[in-house]
Amino acid sequence: MSSYVPSTMKQRLEMLEAVGVSSFEELYADVPESMRLKEGALDLPDGMSEMEVKASMEMMAAKNKVFPCIFRGAGAYNHYIPSIVKRVTAKEEFVTAYTPYQAEISQGILQSIFEYQTMICELTGMDAANASVYDGPSASAEAAAMCRDRKREKVVISGACHPEVIKVMRTYCYGAGAECVVIPAADGRTDVDALKAALDDKTACVCVQQPSFFGIVEDCAAIADLVHAAGAKFIMNVNPIAAAVLKTPAECGADIAVGEGQPLGIPMAFGGPYLGFMACTEKMQRKLPGRIVGETRDAEGRRCFVLTLQAREQHIRREKASSNICSNEALCALTAGVYMAVMGPEGMREVAEQCFAKAHYMAANIINIQGFHLAYPGVFFNEFVTACPVDTGELLSILEEKGILGGLAVAEGILWCATEMNSREQIDTLVSVLKEVAGK
Amino acid sequence: MKLIFERSAAGRRCAPLPVCDVPFYGISDEMKRRTVPRLPELAEVDLCRHYTELNKQVYGVNCGFYPLGSCTMKYNPAVNEEIAALKGFQAIHPLQPEHTMQGCMEVLATLEELLSELVGMDAMTFQPAAGAHGELTGLLLIKAYQLDNGGAARDKIIVPDSAHGTNPASCAMAGFQAVNIPSAADGSVDLDALRAAVGPDTAGLMLTNPNTLGMFDKNILEITRIVHEAGGLCYYDGANMNAIMGAARPGDMGFDVIHLNLHKTFSTPHGGGGPGAAAVGAKQILAKYMPGKSIVRKESGFAFKEAPSSIGSVRSFYGNFLVCVRALCYVLSLGGAGLREASQNAVLNANYLRVLLKEHCPTSNDGLCMHEFVLTLEELHKQTGVTASDVAKAMLDCGMHPPTMYFPLIVHEALMFEPTETETKDTLDEAARSIVKLLEMAASKPEALHNAPLATAVGRPDEVAAARTPVIRHGF
Repeated sequence: MSSYVPSTMKQRLEMLEAVGVSSFEELYADVPESMRLKEGALDLPDGMSEMEVKASMEMMAAKNKVFPCIFRGAGAYNHYIPSIVKRVTAKEEFVTAYTPYQAEISQGILQSIFEYQTMICELTGMDAANASVYDGPSASAEAAAMCRDRKREKVVISGACHPEVIKVMRTYCYGAGAECVVIPAADGRTDVDALKAALDDKTACVCVQQPSFFGIVEDCAAIADLVHAAGAKFIMNVNPIAAAVLKTPAECGADIAVGEGQPLGIPMAFGGPYLGFMACTEKMQRKLPGRIVGETRDAEGRRCFVLTLQAREQHIRREKASSNICSNEALCALTAGVYMAVMGPEGMREVAEQCFAKAHYMAANIINIQGFHLAYPGVFFNEFVTACPVDTGELLSILEEKGILGGLAVAEGILWCATEMNSREQIDTLVSVLKEVAGK
Repeated sequence: MKLIFERSAAGRRCAPLPVCDVPFYGISDEMKRRTVPRLPELAEVDLCRHYTELNKQVYGVNCGFYPLGSCTMKYNPAVNEEIAALKGFQAIHPLQPEHTMQGCMEVLATLEELLSELVGMDAMTFQPAAGAHGELTGLLLIKAYQLDNGGAARDKIIVPDSAHGTNPASCAMAGFQAVNIPSAADGSVDLDALRAAVGPDTAGLMLTNPNTLGMFDKNILEITRIVHEAGGLCYYDGANMNAIMGAARPGDMGFDVIHLNLHKTFSTPHGGGGPGAAAVGAKQILAKYMPGKSIVRKESGFAFKEAPSSIGSVRSFYGNFLVCVRALCYVLSLGGAGLREASQNAVLNANYLRVLLKEHCPTSNDGLCMHEFVLTLEELHKQTGVTASDVAKAMLDCGMHPPTMYFPLIVHEALMFEPTETETKDTLDEAARSIVKLLEMAASKPEALHNAPLATAVGRPDEVAAARTPVIRHGF
């Protein structure tokens, strides 16, 4: 059995004596007798040595299939993670430190977060960013909470958002007792007519995803105008890689930009840990939830960093706090910051352009196959939906047998994704398998 | 230290990607961003050195003593990290076909079974990404239950004044009104105040036990009985679970729903404030409201199932999975007896440090504590002008992380120590000697403490200026 208790048994006995008790059991004298568990009362296994734990966990990991070739996105993206990202983010002090309340011995983390905030502002064009929330969907829900007030409490969500975004936003609205309206998608994007109909003087905000869940690049500037004309706030949930090339949320007129930070150097990892990023206009910055790092000076005039604007948080307002975020995804934010620094402006643009290029090369070749066509018109980024003449379930299992994780089955067909990780050869292989299946 | 932007030089870069092997695809100018993001431009060596320098100015658990009350900063075993880094866990897409991710599903199912047994619950979700997120989730379960059982008017959650600050905030997010009740003189829940507070508007109670004063509430069975009789449910804030693993179970104390901070109790790293993970466990009556997807064991293997009256989702997919992997490593390593041993030693270490310090500074309550205790420096402050914060900052110069300051709010000039079980007697002896020296210095040379810390890279930051005129991004 492993134990991480370092005091020797002799020392422990000395300590018990110093405390004035004769046994470990006596330490629990305040726990009512009827509730005190006897040793071995619980049905839990015996502990294991490190070797055994490793073997047992490795066996579980081996039961998963690691696909050498992935064409699935839908909220979790297979991007290249440069080696240096893992190297520096695995440094032990970064990994094992607590929330940097003690600024004097946490300057490294605080500065890294300040740099991350700046990079998120640069990427989105917005004025202020927080230091991470849990993930993209919960960031969207937190953004909606920033917009709601007594006069305007209705939250409108585009049906072309990721289903998980819609689900999480609904749950948060349910909690707060706010009305939540999801307008159906049309042609793989926000149905602008339905949006117009949903807007009224109770609408607090509208959330649109860029690109949409179905991959389509939305005309967010036009949507923002509509939303603002109705007096509501515009929340844009953006793919951070696409943001390196597409019109920024700020240029579109968004009040808040949020998104899933996983594509920025974070592994897919069965869904987590992920990272929610969040940025807003200066006007709204005091409503941002979660941690925010600010620059200041110490008594000697040295530049230093500190957690700031905490009056919004549970520390002071307690019952009236607009968010309860406490532990967040700081290490993931660090990772995203390192990733953006590694890529730089050129590298970020290059990844985005490769995603565009690979997805369009793939789409062009797929729709060349008899019976396949794009489900929706319009420009797409790294994802697109094809309708196909064969059973999607069967098609995906044939791909799986060949070591290919195909697109995700959706109502209209298959939602494909290509990133810089997919070589031309991989794409050509996929297309030839599809051709073969369709020709049968 | 230079900012990463100040190390940047136009045209310098790392180049991890191959040349694109398919034709370029151009989009219209109308769609393109007009500005180039001013991201840093660095070569790999610059980057590496920058982050190494930043890393040197971070104090982690592996650097030294970290007695943070209510936060359980225990040592994180190395094997956990190695397992979480396995490609078989990291490279799995969350929407792969079920039969291709049986290993990940087994991790969550096994962890659910073990932890449910440990805390006395029937079902568990791993979707919440942090303790406070778990609180929100648990409260939403209570809300769903009350609405289903004619409790639409039940809109209040009773929260003792010794609660974690996130408790009232979580209540607000779940649409409840938090009703604060004062603690009794000894820090336990005031039963009369509780009886007076419950009624037809009570949806539930949120409680930490042992509480934030480090005391196990002897009246716990009576407390949960009073709430249940009034029609409320009981929520257990698991922040202090490190004290009682294998010693007592919240489920047996009458709690209906609980969260466990996996990143505290189960030795997964805090990462400068996250990622955390909160497993939320619930009794059978709440199982049908669980969020996200749960995993069931079938003869053919593991399968996903959605709860019939689910509250929805609080996060995407299945939560912070890799944190769960680390927690499972830990539970498998220790087993039932090892978990019990860990808690016993957490309580022993806290009591030992308390005994070493109590002659020099009063504690918030007399007698045995659980895994943490609170010093009150109120008297010292009155006599010398030295605050709890001064002492905490001076501890930085002694090479220690300070304890939690000014919490719980009900204790004046509070310093809350939680040494955890992974510290040796020697560390505690040395820490106590340093702290006693600081307390003595407070009487003889108070100004020395007002100026602390002196040995750190920067002194105390001007927090007022930071909040008044916020600079929260680099100005270039």
